[in-house]
Amino acid sequence: MTPRSLFFDDESASKPPSALARAASFAIALLALSLCLFAAFYVLQYEWNWSSVFRYKAKFLKGWLATLGISSISLIFSFLVGAIATLCYRSRFLPLKYLANIYVELIRGTPLLVQIYIFFYVIANAADIQNRYLVGICIMAIFSGAYISEILRAGIEGVGRSQLLSAKAIGFSEYQTFRYVIAPQALRSSLPALAGQTANLIKDSSLLSIIAISEFTLNAQEVNAFTYSSFESFFPLAIGYLALTLPIMRLSRILEKRLRFET
Amino acid sequence: MNLRFEKVTMRYGQQCALDDFSLSIDDARCIALIGPSGGGKSTTLRLLAGLETPSSGSIQINGTEIGSSEPERLAYRKRTGVVFQAFNLFPHFDALTNVALPLEKVHGYSHSASIEKAETILEQFQLSEHRFKKPAELSGGQNQRVAIARALAPDPDTIFLDEPTSALDPEMTAEVLDAIERLIDAKKDLVIATHQMGFAKHAANQIALIAEGKLVETGPAAQVIEKPQSPRTQKFLRACLSF
Repeated sequence: MTPRSLFFDDESASKPPSALARAASFAIALLALSLCLFAAFYVLQYEWNWSSVFRYKAKFLKGWLATLGISSISLIFSFLVGAIATLCYRSRFLPLKYLANIYVELIRGTPLLVQIYIFFYVIANAADIQNRYLVGICIMAIFSGAYISEILRAGIEGVGRSQLLSAKAIGFSEYQTFRYVIAPQALRSSLPALAGQTANLIKDSSLLSIIAISEFTLNAQEVNAFTYSSFESFFPLAIGYLALTLPIMRLSRILEKRLRFET
Repeated sequence: MNLRFEKVTMRYGQQCALDDFSLSIDDARCIALIGPSGGGKSTTLRLLAGLETPSSGSIQINGTEIGSSEPERLAYRKRTGVVFQAFNLFPHFDALTNVALPLEKVHGYSHSASIEKAETILEQFQLSEHRFKKPAELSGGQNQRVAIARALAPDPDTIFLDEPTSALDPEMTAEVLDAIERLIDAKKDLVIATHQMGFAKHAANQIALIAEGKLVETGPAAQVIEKPQSPRTQKFLRACLSF
């Protein structure tokens, strides 16, 4: 074990570490992190009160399901918004192109919190949208759509010039080139990033609690208030989000690996 | 096949790939374009294939001008085949789909007829056992043969090959040159940009040497290779044959 081997992959290693070695290393890392957390609470001299929080487990579940529902519906709409923005960005009609450009830059350049306030107090009021959940879904779709649009655009631009030349030589029309050559390759190369963005969407939806949408985070905050506890409900909250995001991030890794293998 | 380039200039930004280029070849089955890399062979071929429009000048093939409007050029491209140096197969489709898809989507074959035709063609190039493999699973030589099969499948009038063996080792080169001879046997008109002088000499009727964006010399294959007139050709061939 040299200082260099701490941070650099040893590419000349003859065999990868065994499953046992990996499991033990994982346990050590997890233990180290837990110790830090434990030490922090020890310093605070905090009195745990899990039983009062446990009584509200149905409320946690309700909030978790609400987050799952809001995220799922937002995800579908954000793909729609993102795909449309990408098409507009590629449009030869310049106003449409700039519209997409401004939309993406505005959303990516401002905090979600600000967007939620503006959308909720200005746009939703002006458009007279009463249903908070609908407002929440609109906000998340518009927010996440901008990022998805960027991901798709990068995917499309990543399709090699030689592929386009080849499609042209075959006699494909512009539409056929997009349908059979660009879109499948762009989508495939975007998949890992899209999965990552899905995890982001789920986490970011927690901010909807500030406009009193009864999702997971708001319910956890309410439990804290009901039970006069300060931290306990944040742990189920973190675990609840991890239960959604960990599998998605794992999927993203697998897709990334498969992509590297294929090309 | 007859080819005529009249005062063709092709610029990419500041760079001039073809400079007032004129060429006239009549009654050839197979034309080889030779010359140094970056001299204008590939540009000549891309213009001939209707993939790009010249900055100025006119290009005729078999007496008809390659149209300047996009619909005309699309129609023209449907009647020609192109084989690229880097194969340019679609990586997300298997070999069979790479050959069959253009037949179905561009040339009006039914799905089953396109598959049937693609299988026949792949069979001719001894690729049947590889038909369900994607380009990443095939060797360079196999990929290039699939690309040749793809170009041949719609039964084009002319096939353009842009240095089809430059990315291949000698064994694969031999197998691809073999496949190209099959195209000649199938009575296709060919224009091939190549560095394989031996192949150019025995397979091509006419050779044109292009360097620095200009035509240096043109004539029957044996004559250009054995009794080159221009000092530029002599220098190029000396370099080709000295190692």
